[in-house]
Amino acid sequence: MGLQGYLMLAGALFAIGLFGVITRRNTIGILLGIELMLNAVNINLVAFARFNGDPAGMIFTVFTISITVAEVALGLALVILIFRVRRTVIADHLDILRG
Amino acid sequence: MTDVGTLALTALLLPAAAFLLLSVAVPLRRSGRPAAYVSVLFAAGALSSAVRAWWGSTRGGFSLWLWPWIPMEAGPLTSLGVLADADSTLMLVLVAGVSFLVQLYSLGYLADEPAPSLGRYYTYQSLFAFSMMGLVLAPNFVQLFVCWELVGLCSYLLIGYWYQRPEAARAAVKAFWTTKAGDVGLLIGIVLLYRQAGTFDFLQLLELVDAGRLPLAGLGVITFCIYLGAVGKSAQFPLHVWLPDAMEGPTPVSALIHAATMVTAGVYLLVRTAWLFDKTPEVLEIVGWVGAFTALLAATLACVQSDIKRVLAYSTVSQLGYMMAAIGAGFASAGFLHLLTHGAFKALLFLGAGAVIHAVGSNDIFAMGGLRRAMPQTFIVFLVGTLSLAGIPLFGGFFSKEEILGAVWVGGLGIPFAMLALAAFLTAFYMFRVVFIAFFGAPAAPGHGAPGGPGGAAHPHDAPASMSVPLWILALASVAIGVGFAVKHPEAELAAPAWITPLAVALALGGILLAWLTYHRRAIDAGRLSDAFALVRDAAANRFWLDDAFLVIYRRVILGFSRLVGWIDRYLVDGVVNLLSAWALGAGDRLRRIQSGQPQDYVYGVALGVLLLIVWFRWLA
Repeated sequence: MGLQGYLMLAGALFAIGLFGVITRRNTIGILLGIELMLNAVNINLVAFARFNGDPAGMIFTVFTISITVAEVALGLALVILIFRVRRTVIADHLDILRG
Repeated sequence: MTDVGTLALTALLLPAAAFLLLSVAVPLRRSGRPAAYVSVLFAAGALSSAVRAWWGSTRGGFSLWLWPWIPMEAGPLTSLGVLADADSTLMLVLVAGVSFLVQLYSLGYLADEPAPSLGRYYTYQSLFAFSMMGLVLAPNFVQLFVCWELVGLCSYLLIGYWYQRPEAARAAVKAFWTTKAGDVGLLIGIVLLYRQAGTFDFLQLLELVDAGRLPLAGLGVITFCIYLGAVGKSAQFPLHVWLPDAMEGPTPVSALIHAATMVTAGVYLLVRTAWLFDKTPEVLEIVGWVGAFTALLAATLACVQSDIKRVLAYSTVSQLGYMMAAIGAGFASAGFLHLLTHGAFKALLFLGAGAVIHAVGSNDIFAMGGLRRAMPQTFIVFLVGTLSLAGIPLFGGFFSKEEILGAVWVGGLGIPFAMLALAAFLTAFYMFRVVFIAFFGAPAAPGHGAPGGPGGAAHPHDAPASMSVPLWILALASVAIGVGFAVKHPEAELAAPAWITPLAVALALGGILLAWLTYHRRAIDAGRLSDAFALVRDAAANRFWLDDAFLVIYRRVILGFSRLVGWIDRYLVDGVVNLLSAWALGAGDRLRRIQSGQPQDYVYGVALGVLLLIVWFRWLA
């Protein structure tokens, strides 16, 4: 399988993730969508590293994964805090920043 | 022997040091009498330096010290410093001398004041002495203007010394604004002169004028503007209205600022720049006419006053008119001579009046009477001052007044000469009116004195030593000047006709005689005398409606204009601004709705934007 297949997989994964971020009403669902988009990027990085023979992309990916862990932890913590205050995690209801 | 400039600088900086000390060291200032002693001590030091500087300059000493100020690309714009020559050091002696004597006198006069306000008084006094000396020694127009404004500020502060009294506060503001009206002219004149000559410096300007390199076109406007400053400061018609009101201040202040020194600053300015005014004879003629008219107008006003200080105030206005008339006739030295002698005897008169007010507790001459016996010392010194002012030979004012009359006659100002002669007659009359009413006759009924005055004893008596010593010194100075001139006649720069002297003496004696007949012998009924001049009397009683005229100008013209400008500002200028802000608010209100607060909408926007960019670059660009 060539590079193109990996890139198409990554593009599809990114599009699915973006779709989830835009359409999901549940905040946790949005976070899941973000995870998908991040992993699409990771696939991209690894694929290019593999086919170009440059290990820099793989090293980047290791960093991305670890930072993503932190991001998810933070994001879930925020969701829990929001739930404690507002008793909801539905994004439509969280509109206190509306102009 | 020390340099003249160093001595003059010492005289200038000593009061400045006293002022700084008193204004920074608050406990010292609020302690009252110690603050007063500090100020008097520094004033005494200044006087001794000033006298030595003058002594040096009479032997040909001349000194110019300059420190550059306001650096510009092409060198400093101007400088600060002292210009010590014969004229300025002589004036310096007058300022330092009267300043010292007045501060000494105030120790007695203001003895009942609370300590903090006494300290405040002496702080102002020191500031005034410094500013006035800075004005006198100024080597250029800029320093002169700065000090000019400073003395104006001191005048304001000291007139309003009893600021709890509404009339004093009002008089202070009136004096400030009226002199400011003239100062605007002075500032404009100085700036115009700089544009024409490229320098503020007196000596450089003098060189330019002597070399004939100063363009004469438009110089008349400049000198007239400078003269406007002098009109305000030296209380010339029509801006003289502030000076009588300035008498609301303590009497020593009136003696120092509103008789001997500050009000003569305008005259001094014209004397200092006489070479400039000589180039514009048409302006000089205005100076002469206005001066003579002021002298006569103020003399008639003085005849109807019953407040002793107001009589003296109008007399000051009148004498300032004399000085200006002499300058206008082209003989600035005669005006300067009268400035000096007037400084001595008018300070004497004011301080004498202060002693009387202190004893009687009222300003009203009809509340006095028979004070000759109760206050013999004060009577003698007051009489010396009166004779000097009236222009009796052997007294200070005689020579200088005769010189002015001669100068105006030689200068070819016929009608102003007649006005001045009439004013001389009136001067003798109104001054002896005061003397006969206040010092002769029967003592006034007790309880006549208005309460609330600065002393107010039931039995009037001579003033304490701190007040009488300055009086005697000034009286001696007045006599010494008169005798000195009689013995050693200074070289007059003009040849006045011989009949001037007898005329001047006859006018003075005539005035005294009329006052004697009217107010002492009662041979002429005072009521009938004033009825004979009912028109002038009524006009004078109403101050020739000048204050009313100013009031109308203020209320109708200036306030009306201000209202118009206010309307334009409120509705036109502000309207444009408000319209713009309303537009901004409306646009913001519309755009506000884009912010839904939903992150998903924003992500949607970003994704759409990226998509559009991709399409744009891939297929369209």
